[in-house]
Amino acid sequence: MIKRYNSIIVDVTCRIMVPFIQLFGLYVIFHGHYSPGGGFQGGVLLATSIIVHRLCMGYKESYAKFPPQRAYMIGAIGMFLFVLTALTPVFFGGAFLDFSFLPIPRLEPAELRYYGILIAEIWIGIAVFGSLLVIFDKLTERRGG
Amino acid sequence: MKNFAKIVIAAFAAILIYATSGLPIPGDPEAPVSGHISEFYIENSMEDTNTPNVVTSVLADYRGFDTMGETLVIFTASLACMLILIKRSADD
Repeated sequence: MIKRYNSIIVDVTCRIMVPFIQLFGLYVIFHGHYSPGGGFQGGVLLATSIIVHRLCMGYKESYAKFPPQRAYMIGAIGMFLFVLTALTPVFFGGAFLDFSFLPIPRLEPAELRYYGILIAEIWIGIAVFGSLLVIFDKLTERRGG
Repeated sequence: MKNFAKIVIAAFAAILIYATSGLPIPGDPEAPVSGHISEFYIENSMEDTNTPNVVTSVLADYRGFDTMGETLVIFTASLACMLILIKRSADD
């Protein structure tokens, strides 16, 4: 159980930080082709932004903004869509996870693999985001009530 | 039943230790990893996947199956957390 931290400094800092952490997380996911980073790191950053909000605002306000039930759903959906994306080339004549067989028209195989990596990274980021948030929420849950 | 679990874990550990003995020594120049595979990734990443960052292309494309396993591990960890720390009623 987390109580709200009664300090104007913590409050304002948290409010300013959270959107920028989220923006940086998205940047890390989408810029993984050119710089260090990718789905895992970006997903962790996205989860961190919500965890910072949980720690500063207390569970009551934070659960209203981002309910824990949504985290379960997001983690499961990300994982499911990643496996589905990995399975898609099998139905179009390729091997499992061979993104050059993704059914997107008018693209070279190399470009298809480029976009396949991007799609996979997005789903990985979403899955990691949800999973880490579930772990945090479960560890800090209100007990005995 | 407790002993059964112990036996299964011991057997699994024995299999893992036996499998480890077949791995190449870290840094072995004769190992397949230091042979042609790394060079293949570095040389062909750009034209195969259009991706300048070789690490990303190896992680998500050449070794995509490994990455799927990693994501599944994190997802399974969250599921295990959920099941272990599940809310119980007071009389439990």
